[in-house]
Amino acid sequence: MGEQLRVKTMQEFMAEGKQPEILFWVGSAGSYDDRAKKISRAFVKLLNQANVDFAVLGQEESSTGDVAKRAGNEFLFQMQAMMNIELLNGYEIKRIVTCDPHSFNTLKNEYPGLGGTYDVLHHTQYLKELLDQGRLTLRGETYKGKRITFHDPCYLGRANSVYEAPREILAKTNADLVEMKRHKTTALCCGAGGAQMFKEPEKGNMDINVLRTKDALETNPNIIATGCPYCNTMMTDGIKAHEKENSVTVLDVAELLANSI
Amino acid sequence: MEYVPNILFAIALIAGVGFFTRNVKKLSRNIKLGKDVDVSDNKTQRWNNMIRIALGQTKMVVRPVAGIMHIFVYVGFIIINLEVLEIILDGLLGTHRLFSSLGSVYNFLIGSFEILAFLVIVAVVVFWIRRNIIRLQRFIKPEMKGWPKKDGNLILYIELVLMTLFLTMNAADSQLQQLGAEHYVQAGSFPISQFLTPLMSGMSESGLMAIERTAWWMHILGILAFLNYLYYSKHLHILLAFPNTYFGKVKPKGQLNNLQSVTNEVKLMMDPNADPFAAPATSDAAVPEKFGASDVMDLNWVQLLNAYTCTECGRCTSECPANQTGKKLSPRKIMMDTRDRLEEVGKNMDANKGEFVPDGKQLLDDYISREELWACTTCNACVQACPVSIDPLSIIVEMRRYLVMEQSAAPMELNNMMSNIENNGAPWPYNQMDRLNWVNE
Repeated sequence: MGEQLRVKTMQEFMAEGKQPEILFWVGSAGSYDDRAKKISRAFVKLLNQANVDFAVLGQEESSTGDVAKRAGNEFLFQMQAMMNIELLNGYEIKRIVTCDPHSFNTLKNEYPGLGGTYDVLHHTQYLKELLDQGRLTLRGETYKGKRITFHDPCYLGRANSVYEAPREILAKTNADLVEMKRHKTTALCCGAGGAQMFKEPEKGNMDINVLRTKDALETNPNIIATGCPYCNTMMTDGIKAHEKENSVTVLDVAELLANSI
Repeated sequence: MEYVPNILFAIALIAGVGFFTRNVKKLSRNIKLGKDVDVSDNKTQRWNNMIRIALGQTKMVVRPVAGIMHIFVYVGFIIINLEVLEIILDGLLGTHRLFSSLGSVYNFLIGSFEILAFLVIVAVVVFWIRRNIIRLQRFIKPEMKGWPKKDGNLILYIELVLMTLFLTMNAADSQLQQLGAEHYVQAGSFPISQFLTPLMSGMSESGLMAIERTAWWMHILGILAFLNYLYYSKHLHILLAFPNTYFGKVKPKGQLNNLQSVTNEVKLMMDPNADPFAAPATSDAAVPEKFGASDVMDLNWVQLLNAYTCTECGRCTSECPANQTGKKLSPRKIMMDTRDRLEEVGKNMDANKGEFVPDGKQLLDDYISREELWACTTCNACVQACPVSIDPLSIIVEMRRYLVMEQSAAPMELNNMMSNIENNGAPWPYNQMDRLNWVNE
């Protein structure tokens, strides 16, 4: 068990008659997946450090329905969306931050049409805000001189044109940022999107994550940074396929920052 | 007798334009088979997109070699059309170089047309080499076998011939001007065709006139024929790129539409006051709308316009992660299949007095396999890559919707994932009560 985190639920805020600054949308991966849980913890560590008054939904949170929508199950998506919207609107939530680009995309773009309009940020955007406002400062020593390459998650990059926020905050770790040949608009997918995370790939001659990890390894990185729990899993598996797990690690931008304070 | 050429010309022009108009009507009828979709929003952004992407070719130059060569051909064709205007008027009025009174401006224009014609030839040769000698990956994918490959080369040959005829015509004309032939006014400058004139030195006036007239006629007839070839070819993009970029997606790429028909039903299900056994409120007890798409008529008209606009360049497919790793999915094939099926439906209607008679076929399975649909990662690389704002992903999603909501035909693992979401609000089988455990781990 790591250090003690301070996490309050919306119910607790309600009981106190208060509103949080932001709602941290943890997402299903961030709540249940062993690897992604560490990302949630790292992000909360940063929120605690910056004294952000944030809330989570806790046991009241449920899948955004994003993955069901991508799989073609519009019914299930809208059921999930409407339940979540009822909850979020009931709590009068204004601002949502999430570490999952898929939740980010759905909450930001697809919920408004169903009655749920919020100011939705990806955690890299919010962390940039905290750094810019001086609420969060980095010592910037841990990764000095390390080579880091950032893999753009499709649902952050191409889907929503967020390319700079993760790079700007990564630069503050004083690491050497190196770009893969395909990056930003031309970044290759990690292979998990569109519900692929939950099924075996169709017949082919290679797995997509292995190909994408090859792109990353060509930059000779010490660390592959991502901003998505699914990309994280795919890239970590890719590193293993290339037998590089002893020399290269895959970390979320939030983890890199949390290790730099 | 004097007016025979004028009359023949007028007949050719009317036939060419008339036949083209007929095909445009057919095209428009086929596109309208698609469902209605509201594209009246964001007018400024839409105009901007059209000017930037179609007129300005901004997405073409993402790949510099093909992009710059394409600009040669594109600018060449648009600007040389000014010359075609003169040719048409000359043809109808029986004049020769009608605009020559423009003097030095005219000389400059003809000179520029020649240089552009030369650049078009250079680009066409480079394109041909890329397709047939270098054999770039994206031009030799399975969906390019047969007609699509032939079509691509045929277009290059036609363009080469048209430009050569144009330059030959000018070369003969300038020789005739030098000889002081009657009817051939001193006009124009010939920076490129001057290199062809040595081939004609020593030829008689009548011989030169025969060459000039033949080249002139073949050039304009060739253009009319090419205009009519468009409908049968991938080359429609030269016209449809403009409306297609205007009607293209203006929302963030990651945003999928929410199905209104589903919203209505979900709202009813979640409304505690709704009586599930009540008779439908309105008298139009219509059949509930089909969810998703199994055939072209289930897609919206912008998606069908997309299909006709596709020029099979394959940039989408070359960026597709599934295709790069050897899966069957090719976004270009999705667009080609959609068009092929739409054409088939159109022909069916032509043969049956404008009514579609079910032919036991559909877009799903007969054209696009389930394996292709399920291989997509929805990463939007294809959408990003398309130089004319085509959205293959929207068709894939629409067809997945049909498979899942009409047929319950998702892959087993996805069915498990979806029942987990239904049962415990997460794609994995974990208890919702454990959602906050990560805080203390």
